[in-house]
Amino acid sequence: MLKDITLGQYFPGETPVHRLDPRTKLILVVLYIIALFQADAWPSYLLVILVTLICMGISKISLKNIFKGLKPMLFIIALTAILNLFYTQGTPVREGWIITWEGIDRAVKMMLRITLLITGTFLLTYTTSPMALTDGLEMLMRPLKKLKVPVHEMTLMMSMALRFIPTLIEETDKIMSAQKARGADFETGSLTQRAKALLPILVPLFVSSFRRADELAIAMESRCYHGGEGRTRMNQLKYGRNDYIALLLGVLFLAAVNVMKHFGL
Amino acid sequence: MAVLTVENLKHIYSIGTPFENVGIHDVSLTIGQGERICLLGHTGSGKSTFVQHLNALLQPSSGSVLLDGENINKNKITRRDVKRRVGLVFQYPEYQLFEETVYADIAFGPKNMKLGKEEIDERVHEAARFAGVDDSLLPCSPLELSGGQKRRIAIAGVIAMRPEILILDEPTAGLDPAGSRQIFENIRSYRENSGATVIVVSHSMEDAARFFDRLIVFDHGTVCMDGSPEEVFSRADKLTEIGLNVPKATELARALYRRGVLPDAAVYTHEQLLRAVLQAGGEAAC
Ligand SMILES: Nc1ncnc2c1ncn2[C@@H]1O[C@H](COP(=O)(O)OP(=O)(O)O)[C@@H](O)[C@H]1O
Ligand SMILES: [Mg+2]
Repeated sequence: MLKDITLGQYFPGETPVHRLDPRTKLILVVLYIIALFQADAWPSYLLVILVTLICMGISKISLKNIFKGLKPMLFIIALTAILNLFYTQGTPVREGWIITWEGIDRAVKMMLRITLLITGTFLLTYTTSPMALTDGLEMLMRPLKKLKVPVHEMTLMMSMALRFIPTLIEETDKIMSAQKARGADFETGSLTQRAKALLPILVPLFVSSFRRADELAIAMESRCYHGGEGRTRMNQLKYGRNDYIALLLGVLFLAAVNVMKHFGL
Repeated sequence: MAVLTVENLKHIYSIGTPFENVGIHDVSLTIGQGERICLLGHTGSGKSTFVQHLNALLQPSSGSVLLDGENINKNKITRRDVKRRVGLVFQYPEYQLFEETVYADIAFGPKNMKLGKEEIDERVHEAARFAGVDDSLLPCSPLELSGGQKRRIAIAGVIAMRPEILILDEPTAGLDPAGSRQIFENIRSYRENSGATVIVVSHSMEDAARFFDRLIVFDHGTVCMDGSPEEVFSRADKLTEIGLNVPKATELARALYRRGVLPDAAVYTHEQLLRAVLQAGGEAAC
């Protein structure tokens, strides 16, 4: 089923990670990514892996869920690994081979790096509801408003898009079922035949998306929506003690990776 | 003779994720050739989940569905073939129209069955007639028509496959009373002409009493009542308990019965009520 795609999906829960302020989590992910790209030698990689596993443990996200989300990226990960494997100079594994020890080392590290990068962002989206995420983003990007960046409009568009992804998936599922009931075949046939078979899904999907967009605009207008100017929010974001602790740990983590790098670890 | 046999059917949505959700559990029934069945039950009781198993759109988590004694989920071929024999019209089917003309949309099903051009043409006209779609609409774009007309076109699209078992999921949701009655009349005429088995999901007790021989009541994913309208509507208390009601005519007849006006309350349609009241009045006048 289409529904089982987990890319960027929120898993509701009651763990300390779920309860963190979305701004904290966004900043932590940025720190994590910086740390990940600073990591160079194996000891620092091990530290990053360890920290990732601990975060997964605290937020009760299983390895299985992470792997499910990684599946669509498998191709990119494999490709990067293969390229690094064959195009790295160094001492050949055996006389006359193109594969070098350095290549193997690089390939494994690149694979780890991409996997960890995706895992880190998954930890954010798995534990933060889309609404909280966009709220956090809006708050963090508020300074950009001074530079005339339409922050409110951008985040509103983003939250609407996120809000309607499940709706669209559900709708696609329903339309597919209805056309299958009429004997439509989406699984067999040549490439052009299969592309053609998408038409009975895409047309109704577009029609209903436009209808929905129209209805949403009317609903917003009739509730006096007129842009972000002067709007207050129902749930104010507030930093708690845990947020400060988490941020401190994040900074310490980044510092640790940097110190290790300094000593060539 | 049983055409469809459902054995201990259970369906869990999103199995293996935190969103696991029981659609139906442990439903067993047999459905005979030519029966007219109405499925009742509150929203979320599992009616739609159940009917999607009857043409293999959903695969059971456990249990099985047999069509003429053969498991419809045996392999890809049986799953495909069952869709030609069991026609399912979804709830709000007007949202799945996509072709440029009404004609082409109704022809989509027969075309997928790889029928000849003439055969398709014959079926499109026949289905349009059964579903109450006027011939003059066939060259129009389905997107420009009214809601009721779209609904009928979508129904015609399934009838054009000449299913032996026709299933409609809440075919009258959102239609006005005249439109609803028309659709039920159309379904009735299709059944009388083709001898097909008809299964309809509905929320209208009046329509259930008027058009069907057998009512199956769902509650929280299980079948809680199964019988003739008389049998089901005589258990008004149980129906109320699970959030349903009895037809208005039955309600009135019960009140009249309690006041001693009517000799009994076994009345399910307006016509029956009228007859009963006239009869009681006639006797009183003598
Ligand atoms: N696609 C789906 N994914 C997850 N749960 C679903 C889905 N469709 C239905 N359900 C759940 O299954 C149960 C039965 O729903 P449904 O069969 O649609 O009931 P009805 O048609 O009687 O209103 C409900 O609890 C509903 O939330
Ligand atoms: Mg339903």
